[in-house]
Amino acid sequence: MADLLEIKHLKKYFYVPAGTNHAVDDVTMKIKKGKTMGVVGESGCGKSTLGRTIIRLHEPTDGQILLDGEDITNVKGKDLRRVRERMQIIFQDPYASLNPRYSMDEVIREPLKESGRYSRKEIDERVQELMDYVGIEDRLRYSYPHELDGGRRQRIGIARAIALNPDFILCDEPVSALDVSIQAQVLNLLMDLQEERGLTYLFVTHDLSVVKHISDDISVMYLGQLVETSPTDELFERPLHPYTKALLSAIPSTDIDHPMKRILLKGEITSAINPQPGCRFAKRCPYATEACLQPQVLEEVEKDHYVSCCRVKEIND
Amino acid sequence: MPEKALEQEVKVRKKKQSNFSMVWHRLCQDKVAVTGMIILIILVVVSVFGPLIPSLDPYSMNLAEQFQGPSLKHWFGTDDLGRDIFARIVYGGRYSLALGFIGSLFTAIIGTVLGTIIGYFGGAIDNFFMRVCDVWQAIPGQLLAIVISTTLGAGFFNTILAMSIGGIPMSIRSTRAMCLKEREMEYLEAAQSYNCSKAKIMFKHMLPNIISPTIVGTTMSVGGTIMGAAGLSYIGLGIPSDIPEWGAMISAARSYSLLYPYMMIFPGLMIAIVVLAVNLFGDGLRDAMDPKLKK
Repeated sequence: MADLLEIKHLKKYFYVPAGTNHAVDDVTMKIKKGKTMGVVGESGCGKSTLGRTIIRLHEPTDGQILLDGEDITNVKGKDLRRVRERMQIIFQDPYASLNPRYSMDEVIREPLKESGRYSRKEIDERVQELMDYVGIEDRLRYSYPHELDGGRRQRIGIARAIALNPDFILCDEPVSALDVSIQAQVLNLLMDLQEERGLTYLFVTHDLSVVKHISDDISVMYLGQLVETSPTDELFERPLHPYTKALLSAIPSTDIDHPMKRILLKGEITSAINPQPGCRFAKRCPYATEACLQPQVLEEVEKDHYVSCCRVKEIND
Repeated sequence: MPEKALEQEVKVRKKKQSNFSMVWHRLCQDKVAVTGMIILIILVVVSVFGPLIPSLDPYSMNLAEQFQGPSLKHWFGTDDLGRDIFARIVYGGRYSLALGFIGSLFTAIIGTVLGTIIGYFGGAIDNFFMRVCDVWQAIPGQLLAIVISTTLGAGFFNTILAMSIGGIPMSIRSTRAMCLKEREMEYLEAAQSYNCSKAKIMFKHMLPNIISPTIVGTTMSVGGTIMGAAGLSYIGLGIPSDIPEWGAMISAARSYSLLYPYMMIFPGLMIAIVVLAVNLFGDGLRDAMDPKLKK
């Protein structure tokens, strides 16, 4: 399967009064066409920033983003418009992501209008089609966001994202603000969409059970850096990076014969502002040695399974 | 069951309503706002058409009838030169209303546009303009008005300019503060992701969500503008003193306020009525523009 997106050494720094925040630092990944790449990590590790930099909502500081082989890292003007139409976003908070003064109809209509590709009549039809597709009843067409529940709002957000027939959708924690019964609805809708339209997702979340359910591949991030990336099944069966091990051990087990053995991490997550070179996890890692203070490289340890840890072989033997 | 509950809660809108017709419809349901609107309409109509009545003459002096109290002949009494106060109030409405509204609107429009741009872009632009505002606001408003008025000379439009410029930084500040909060909202990012232009994001998406305090603030400032202009008239700047402007009438009546208080009361009452009506209307307008508030 070809890669839709290829990200090479992508960096996004924010300059804040306290120094330079390395929100995304040297991330390299490939996202296969028609597949879902899950990105997990704790709050503030740069998952969302990574996603937003890829779809060009943030200006990348350094690195390269290739969409279908075309370098889109620095495209501007007309090209940027074209590229953005191919990459859309679904947000976490369905309250904040819809303009409170726009009716549902207007929310879906606007991207179609902005693209300038459709006539008025086509837009009317397409809005109707999209509302039917995501399962919003006709009678709610001219209602406002505050009149609807979270699930319906999120489905309108999805309709807006697919309105322009994008190839790639960044799902920025699309279900974490919803309650569990609605999470399932929204996830199923996303998976149906992928099947029918061959969409590619970057699915950002901190919910491991969700990511296991929906992703084909998973990338684990820690403080702006990629620590491990691998096919989903492989990652859950054989996590190789110490951080991934700790993260996965936090999933509650329902099997009483094999109670969970939690790996408790000491210390706090350090700051991504002016970080030291070397493995950023070293301070909390039970296996850390001197060598971990050197910069780490993402290496292919097994097929399609990349880990950024100099002691990966010793730890896992 | 939940389906049914929702049915009751959500008003089913069959048709797309234009924004204007929706706001208008909601405004008309608000009795308080309608009251304010009616008062304003009456005031405007009287000010526009009142001076066409030939028997009303605000300029003719009659020293034999000076300082008369309200009577059938002179409804609101006469002033120190024997001029009919009622006629002067009718004539003065043109100047006072225009001054109050144009002045406040001018401040609000400039302040809101600048404030939105500054608040949206933030960073160095924000820092620069905020420091400019600091300097601007360090000059007392009335003093600034005097300086502008002296430089440009007396006259109606110069007075409007003099009155409104001092209020702009405050308007910028309040709009900017609202923008800083609203800027974080994800719907703006969504608009960016489907290629909305920056101007559209600022003025079509963000502005309607931050305009409420400005509407109320503007309505409150109408009275202040009229009174401020009166202050200018008092020291011989601003609107020439022979023009029957309400604020100027109050200023002129100051020396007689103990003996002949009605000279001050009637124009003062008019300003109070204008401010009240504009406030009621502005409040209603703000509510009508917010789809979240349900009646």
